[in-house]
Amino acid sequence: MRDVIMSLLAKEPAHGYELRQWLVKALGPAGGALNPGQVYVTLSRLERAGLVEAMEVAQPSHPDKKVYELTAAGRERVQQWLADVTWSKVAPVEFHLKLVVAAATRLADPVALVDAQRLELLRELHQLQELALAEPADADGALLLEGASLRLQADIRWLEVCERRWVERESR
Amino acid sequence: MSEVIDARGLVRRYPADGPPVRAVDGVDLVVDAGETVSVMGPSGCGKSTLLHLLGGLERPDAGELRLGGRRVDGLSETQWAIFRRRNVGFVFQAFHLVDELTAVENVELPALLLGVSRRDARRRAMDLLQRLAVAERAGHLPDRLSGGEQQRVAVARALINEPLVVLADEPTGNLDSRATGDILKLFAGLRQARQTLLIVTHDARVASTADRLLTMRDGTIVAQTRLGSGASVAGILASLADLGGEG
Repeated sequence: MRDVIMSLLAKEPAHGYELRQWLVKALGPAGGALNPGQVYVTLSRLERAGLVEAMEVAQPSHPDKKVYELTAAGRERVQQWLADVTWSKVAPVEFHLKLVVAAATRLADPVALVDAQRLELLRELHQLQELALAEPADADGALLLEGASLRLQADIRWLEVCERRWVERESR
Repeated sequence: MSEVIDARGLVRRYPADGPPVRAVDGVDLVVDAGETVSVMGPSGCGKSTLLHLLGGLERPDAGELRLGGRRVDGLSETQWAIFRRRNVGFVFQAFHLVDELTAVENVELPALLLGVSRRDARRRAMDLLQRLAVAERAGHLPDRLSGGEQQRVAVARALINEPLVVLADEPTGNLDSRATGDILKLFAGLRQARQTLLIVTHDARVASTADRLLTMRDGTIVAQTRLGSGASVAGILASLADLGGEG
């Protein structure tokens, strides 16, 4: 969130409202789930960190409005962010450990855990696909849904690998 | 709601060398009219054999099967062929179109075999090809069509006699991602039209289009779920919009 907002401000100063509108549009159907205050909370944190500067702009018939501008330090952070290739959720490590610990402690059947997890991911995939079908194919939001769907499919394939492994272990 | 598929205790053994292997080992399955069901499971779990049993391509060694309320597990080969023509549409991984016939001729063939007039069969076939967005390819032989187009023609052929149920075995197994997307949209349309549909697949995207999902292992159904339940759209949207609220 922080980096996206700073990047938007790298182009030109903007009001919090404009930033929020931009995010809602770029997220497509997920835009509605964006916490309304999140943009403003983020902006005030960035301001305290010296990454953005706020200027009061007088408005004839409304209270003064804040316009945010990126500082030099903010500009540098944006460059770092654009070059950063860190990928979140590289491996579902917590689930992997859950299987290993379940097998070691006999607290649960790893294969049953895999089955339950897979059904949950397939339910998510079902919902994503319903959303994708309702979204115009050329909308930015459709691209986000496609990315989420492909990652879920990769996770589901990994669960199939887990299933094979744990079925083999159990039958030994 | 009426039951289109009602299977009780279906068993299918393969006389392999040594002790017979139970490919399908006591499956109970009820599919309601208008329901879409997908079957997933590792290769060799018995999912394709189950589809063959449900469509009469193989006979069960034990158990009962009713389709549209009619007991069919005791039908002779000929009786099955007639029953199938009217009531079951098949979609296979390898399309199985007749090479010497054009797309529209492939689609109308099952209708002609049922005794529908040439004119009506052609009209129905063209309507379906239109609906499945391959009408402009109607006069082409299968080898002039892309994989995705061939499969859409095969789906049209499966639908032409308005069957009780369409059985699809790995329908996207030979298709690239884009053509798979087209078939997914097509299945979503069939689901909305309340066409009863059973899909055997290892593709999570295809499986997740269904109303209900069955998981098979070692010839039995080990888990099943209604896909429209559980995971909430609101939760998914919230996680998509989660850009790290910490700022």
